[in-house]
Formats: sequence, structure tokens, C-alpha cells
Amino acid sequence: MSTPVLNITKGINALKEQIDAPTAAFFSSCVHCGLCAEACLFYTETNEPKYTPINKVEPLRRVWESEYTLLGKVKKILGLSKPVTDELLAEWEPLIYDGCTLCGRCSMVCPVGNDISGMIRKVREGMVASDHAPEGLIGASTRAVKIGSPMGIRLKALQAQIKHIEKDTGLTIPIDVEGADYMALLSSMEIINFPEYIESLAKIFKQANLSWTLSSEAFEATNSGIQIGSSDIARELIQRVVDGAEKLKVKYVISPECGHAFTAIRWDGPNLIGKTYPFKVVHILELLDELQQSGRLKTSGVEDKKLTFHDPCQIVRKGGVEAQPRRLLNQVATDFVEMSDAGKMNWCCGGGGGVSANERADEIRLKAFNRKKSQLEEVDVEVLVTACANCRLILEEGLEENNMDIPVVGLSELISEHLVEDGEKI
Amino acid sequence: MMNKKTLFESLQQQGVTRRGFMKYCTALTSLMALPPSMIPIVANALESAKRPSVIWLSFQECTGCAESLLRSHSPTVEGLIFDHISLDYQHTLQAAAGDAAEHAREQAMKEHYGKYLVVVDGSIPLADPGYSTIAGISNLDMLNETVAGAAAVIAVGTCSAYGGLPMADPNPTGAVSVSSLVKDKPVINVPGCPPIPTVITGVLAHYLTFGSIPELDDLGRPKVFYGQSIHDRCYRRPFYDKGLFAETFDDEGAKKGWCLYRLGCKGPMTYNACATLKWNQQTSWPVESGHGCLGCSEPNFWDAGSFYKALSIPDGDYAKAAGYAVATGVALGAAAGFANQKTKSSAVSQHTKVTVDDFDMNKDKK
Amino acid sequence: MEMFSNANDFLIWVRGDAFNIALFILIIGIFIRVMEIFLLGRKKDFSEPRGTEWGPGLKNIVSRSVVDSGTFKRAPFIVIVGYIWHICFFIVLLFFVPHIELINAMLGLQWPGLPSQLVDAATVIAIVSLIAMLWHRLTHPVLKFLSTYEDYLVWFVTFLPLLTGYIAFHRMIDPYPLALGLHIFSVELLMVVFPFTKLMHAITLFIARWYTGAMMGRKGIES
Repeated sequence: MSTPVLNITKGINALKEQIDAPTAAFFSSCVHCGLCAEACLFYTETNEPKYTPINKVEPLRRVWESEYTLLGKVKKILGLSKPVTDELLAEWEPLIYDGCTLCGRCSMVCPVGNDISGMIRKVREGMVASDHAPEGLIGASTRAVKIGSPMGIRLKALQAQIKHIEKDTGLTIPIDVEGADYMALLSSMEIINFPEYIESLAKIFKQANLSWTLSSEAFEATNSGIQIGSSDIARELIQRVVDGAEKLKVKYVISPECGHAFTAIRWDGPNLIGKTYPFKVVHILELLDELQQSGRLKTSGVEDKKLTFHDPCQIVRKGGVEAQPRRLLNQVATDFVEMSDAGKMNWCCGGGGGVSANERADEIRLKAFNRKKSQLEEVDVEVLVTACANCRLILEEGLEENNMDIPVVGLSELISEHLVEDGEKI
Repeated sequence: MMNKKTLFESLQQQGVTRRGFMKYCTALTSLMALPPSMIPIVANALESAKRPSVIWLSFQECTGCAESLLRSHSPTVEGLIFDHISLDYQHTLQAAAGDAAEHAREQAMKEHYGKYLVVVDGSIPLADPGYSTIAGISNLDMLNETVAGAAAVIAVGTCSAYGGLPMADPNPTGAVSVSSLVKDKPVINVPGCPPIPTVITGVLAHYLTFGSIPELDDLGRPKVFYGQSIHDRCYRRPFYDKGLFAETFDDEGAKKGWCLYRLGCKGPMTYNACATLKWNQQTSWPVESGHGCLGCSEPNFWDAGSFYKALSIPDGDYAKAAGYAVATGVALGAAAGFANQKTKSSAVSQHTKVTVDDFDMNKDKK
Repeated sequence: MEMFSNANDFLIWVRGDAFNIALFILIIGIFIRVMEIFLLGRKKDFSEPRGTEWGPGLKNIVSRSVVDSGTFKRAPFIVIVGYIWHICFFIVLLFFVPHIELINAMLGLQWPGLPSQLVDAATVIAIVSLIAMLWHRLTHPVLKFLSTYEDYLVWFVTFLPLLTGYIAFHRMIDPYPLALGLHIFSVELLMVVFPFTKLMHAITLFIARWYTGAMMGRKGIES
């Protein structure tokens, strides 16, 4: 039998590539206090110690110790170091992909300041290179690269949705308009599950009187490469967006609500392609907030239902967009209440970081949802608002599973419903 | 011979009253940490004690120990006890010299074979016997010869007890203590530089009283005199506990009599009776006079670091060690760091691009 | 101990050669570890920063000492005992006059000490909290699962100086030079073990906290 293309040697090599000064500082600092377990919903909802975040990065730690520390090198020579084997990676695969949403809560709690979730992201590089990624994510990545969307959505499907919306609302949804200021990206889920988002975009840009466009070559914002943990795949997908934006000569690229898409395009993208963008990346909530602050976004009417906001990890905790959704919500809601641990310490829905695309993780994901369930039970709201298509889907599923009748609404949509033009609702 | 007289008779002859004698016995009993009920027994024993023959050998020493004992200001009972013993040989004090002096020693050894006491002050040089000889006899030979017939040996002063100043680094004469040479006779160490006179006579008195040697600690010192540290009995101890320290010899703290730890006092590690017995007819003692304890009754006290550095301060040339360590650390750290960079850059160069076609979709079925 | 004829020899050795050896290893080890970290470097970040790195990095060094209330409620024991341990340990280390003398001699820095009864009380609390943490490590499922021989070794070499210090202070071992010698020797053991174990967190946590704080600051997340 020939050696598979992806193998343990490549896996270890990938881990070696990932280790940098912060990683070394993090591993040097861990005192095994166990607090990160308390920050992780996969531990708190299962009580299984193996889900302790710092345990998840054990393969990376072993490589760091034996390759990048003097004592570790001596131990390796003496045969005392614990090796990273194919079996080890196979054993760790469910911890890395099923039991972690890269939500980053552990990185906020660690008393020595270790960015543990950042290291788990690094471990995924090794998992991919040694062919230990879960089937669901491999499928999504393959579709993303080959078809253009992890859910297999082609341009035709988008065009059909656009036609629908344009017909229903009389709004125009521009495609491939060169020289537009803004290029909006969408996530597959928005195209298929929540087309209301596209409609909201059209309303918002219309009211703010901004020129915008979609790109037929780069409409997909999600990046399965980031989720599976392959920089190579992620780079290929980011490059499409960059090419599309450069082709249309836009000034801004708008990340959709989708959390990990924002991380991919906003923070990881420039580093994947190794240069700064010729455009700015703005999250839709940032744009809405900015428009509202500058008075270009007028709303009327308020929601008087009791509602709360679920912070998408990648947008709030890892994306720094925390105050904006609150300002926006307070504009259109009278009874906005916060969940416990709201904001940057919020608990993940359980489906981020590729977990939702990994069917094998369904069971543990629903277990992990108990954390969100008890948070929601505490506030007892009528409406749950969020700003991430993936969170939204996971929340809807979890609520249904638990027989909780709370509608989940996208924040952009909620805002767009209250937009007024010349005193008239659009 | 004179030594047929008892101690009490001898004392009476010198004008010591019965009252004075009993007072001394009381002091001695308490000094030896014996219960008051022992006072009559001590008195009785001393009354009937015969004058023992004592041979005093002075090797590599400064005569300070003998001076400590002899230069007591006014006649004391301690002094009288010392007068009472039959000091058959002490080359500093005896009138005889040369062959006559050595004769006296040989004669005393012969006459009191197995019963005489040997007092030694000073250390014994082993590097070259020529460093210290008496009448052409090396210190080692004289010690061996004299100790052979002794009942016990009293090593007076830190030099004879532990090697003292001559043994201090680099120990040019190869000086050693008495106890490192004498293994077959009881050796009582009475260290101090010099020892407290009361302690020297106290040990003699104990021997006279009980005919045996007192209980000794691990360093061969009589526990009754060396059982407690200076620190534990120091009148300045409360200041230590309160955290009040003199920082220079003339600051406010020094004037107020605060603890001298920071000025290098070795009281915490020193076992001696200075704090209770004091010196010069109980006039004062080093700490009371404003100077930290030097730790003179402890082995190797000369080599235990500066007298003026606190006990907690390392004594070696740590600045030099630290300097070398920084230089070595930077060099090794750079080497390790660059090796790591090499490891990483070779990993980067060995990277092969992952594509979605590389995944083995059948692996789960395997 | 055959190489020492008496306790004083031992004390002289631990205050002299042994201290120098331990200091030598400690310093070299720390330099190697810290340089190993820094020379690995960080990739240049091409993403457009939303905030700065330095300030938030420094802020995180301080703010990470305060745990968020949710985590505190979930794990009050480790948080409370952790604080008590570190506070008492630093009181003992930095405010016992003999220790201040050592620091002054080595670094030329000086400050007033605390009465020894207070330091003594802090020592007892530190010892009790260390024992409590060991018990916690041996019984809590996560800690039991995470712990390796290194965790127990580090516990032991940290515990020894406190125990021997307490014994020396109360002169519970005779003679005192032996008690003090054992205390200093146990500290030297700690110094030798320090650069090669998680004890390094005392230094690298500043680096780790800075990196994470800087990364967050760059993204405009409050640390």
C-alpha cells in the first residue's frame, strides 16, 4: 500500500510550523489549575475531564516540548518524551473537532493568560495534515473549494433567491457593479435558510443611500478552511473574495452576520494571503451602528417584547463587536435584557468552529446546548436575537429539541424591519 | 604532694568562707542545670574532691583562652578553683623552662597515669610538624604522648575544639582540632574565642564533682553551657520578633537597643552562654555592648561569611556566579533559540500544500 | 551527610557553593527558557488593527489576576485558595526581614519588614493552602486527570521551603545551623527545578498575558 498523501509525518510537521512565541509562552505558563475546564461548555455540560481545553492541545504541547525546549530535546534523546502518534491524533480528533467550537471562552478565563482556543485552532492544522479531520468538515471544505459554497450552493441558487426578493419587495439587489463602495458577502445559510438577510441588506443600503453590490464570483463569506483548520484551503477561499473585491474595485467588504466568516475575512484573511487588503472589512453590525450613529439610519417603532441577545463568539469575544449590537438593539427594543455572562464572556451556542457541519458531533452539541438553555431560562424572554446565521440555526434546533418556543431573529433583520424612509416604513 | 588536700581545705586556706563556698556551689548547681536538691551533693562532692593533676598543652593558639581565665579582675571562686587544681605543666605560666619543664610533664604523666586531665588550647598542624613545636617535639607527637595516659581531654577554645582561626580557609598549616585526632579518650569541647571563664571552670568543677564528663551535644560541647542559642536568650530578642532592627551601628535603632540581625549578628546560629553568664564579672557581653555575635563558639565561624552580613545572605561570590550565569545563559539561550528557528524554518520548507483532494474519504471505513 | 563534618559546614556550603550553583542554574535556565520563547517570534499581522497592542497587553498582565464572576462561582475553591496561597507566599517571601536582607544584598532593594509573628501566621496559612491545593488536585476529577508527575514534584519543592522555613523559625530542629541549612537548601532545590518546570509561570505568565492581551487589543476586545 502506498503512503497516503496526508500522514502523521505531515501532521507533526504542520504542528511544528504552528508553534510561535505566544504558543511557547502559553505552554511554559500552564500550571494545570483546571480553570479552563470551567470555561468550556463541553466540560460543564458533560463533566468529562477530557474536554478540559488545555488537554485538547496535548499533541501541540508534546511537539513544543520535544522540539522547542532544551529539556524536551534531552528527554527525546533519552527516549523519555511522549511521542505524537497517529493513534494519539485519532484519539484527540473528537476533542478537537466535536468538543470544541473555538469559542475562545477558555482564553478569557485562563489565569496565566493562555490563548488556548488559538492553540486548538493550531492543532487542527496538524489534524488536517495527518488526515484526522471529520468527514462532515471534509465534505464542506470540498464543496466550498469545488462548488464555491460549503452547502453546495451555486450562483444560480443565489440568483433565484435574488429574483424572488426583488419580485416580492421591489428592491434592487445589484450584482457585479464595478466601482460600488460596498461589496456584501453572504453565508450559504443566509442564502438558503435566512434570505431575509439579503432583503435587509437591500433595505439598509437603500435607506443609507450607499452604493453596494454582490459579486457573482465571490458571494460566499464562509470559510470551511478556517473551520477544518487548514490554512491552505482557507487561503484559496479567501483569495476568491480578495480577487472578487479587487475586480469590482470596492472600498469596503461587508462581512455578513455569520461569525466565523467574519474571523476569516476580517482577521485571518490578510495573514493567509500575506498582505494587507486594498479594501476595508466591516461587519454588518459595525456598519449598521456607524450609520445609526451618523444619523443615516432612521428607525421607527419599537419591539416591546422581552428579548435578549445571544453574542456570537466570533463577532463579540473574538471579533470585538460588543457594544454595537447593544446600541442597535436599544434603538428598536424597549425590553432588552442581558443573559448572565453576556458580552465577551457569553456561552457559545455549541455549534461554532465547524461543529455544526460535523454530524458526528450532533449528540454532544445538543448536550452542550443545555448551557444556553439554562441561560435562557434565567431571563425568560419572548424573543432571542443574535447576529450569526450559524448560531441562529443551532439555537433554533436546540430550542426545538428542548420544546422551548422562542423565535430566533437576526439583528440586521430586526433593524431593517424598523427602517423608515421619509417617515414611511420600507 | 599538695594534691592530697581536698578542694574545700584548699579554698579555706585561701580565705574562702563556708558561706562563700556554699554560694558558689549553689551557682554551680544552677549553672549545670541541676535541681536545687543537688546543692548539698555538689557541696559534699567538692568538699571531698582531691586536687586533680592537669597538664595544659598550648599548640597553635594565641593565649587568649588562658588569658580569659587568668585575667579575671578580682579573685573569684572560679579563679580559686583554677588555683586548686594541680597545674603540673603550662608552658606559658610555669617557671621552669626547657628540659625541666618537659620533665615536669613527663613526671606528672607517670605519677597520675590514667587519672590526669589534659587541657588543650590551640589547634594541631598536620601539614608540616615544623609549624609548631615545643622543645623540639611536634604538637601531634606531644598530644598523642600526653593523651595516652589521660582520663579525659578538655579542648579549651575554638582552635582546639574545632580548628579555629588556624584552620580557617585556606588552612596553611593543615590545622585540625583535638577531637579529630583523639578518638579513644573522652574529649570535652569548650569552644569560644575565647570561652567564658565560668564555663571553663564549670566544666572542671563538674569533673571534680561527679568524676565524670558532663552530657555533650553533637559538637562535643557540654549541654549545660551550650544548650541554648544566643538568639533564644538574647535580651534584644523582642525587637527581632517585632521587626525592629538597627541598620547601622549609630542609627536610632542602634541607640534604642534594637536587634542587630541586619548588622550581621550570628546569635541565631550560635550556641553559647554569653547572654546569660555575660563577661567580666557579668558586666556585659558583645550584643549588650552593641555589636552582633560573631558565632565564635561554632565550628568554622571564621569561614561562615562576613561578621557584618546578615545570616540569611549567601556568603559566596554570588555576583560573579550571577554574572557568569547571565553570559552563559544568553549564549545558550541564543543557541537554543536559533536551533528552534532552524527547526521551524525546516518545518515550513517541508510543508506540502493541503488540497481537498488529499483527504482519504474511505479512512473511516478502514 | 558524609561530606559535612557538622551542621555548620553544611550551612556554610548551602550559603556558599550550593547557593552559587543553584543561582547559576536558575539564571541560565531562565535565560534559555525566555530566549527560546522570544526567538520563536510571531508572524507579522497583516490584518487592519482596530486597537493597539502594547497598552492592552500591559493591561491584561494586571487584569488577568481578577477572575470573572461566572468562573468564580463555578470554581470558588481553586480561586480563593489560589489567591490566599499566592498572597501569603509573597508576604513570607518579601516581608520577612532575613529575606529582605537577602534581596537587599543581591539587588540593592530594601523595604520595611513585617513583625515575625505576622510572617509566621502567613507561613502557616500558606502551608495549609498548599496542602488544601494538593488535596484538591488529588480529588477533583479535572485536576486528577490533568496532573502529571511534574505537578507533584513542583508541589513538593514549593512546599519544602515553607516547611523548613517554619521549622527553622521555630527552631524545631537542633542545631539551628542544620535547620537554617535545610531551609536554604530546599530553596536552592526550588531554584534548580524552577526553570525546567511549570514554576516558570512566575515569569512567563507576564509574556503569555501580554501576548493574549495584545492580540485582544488589536481586535478591540477589552481585556
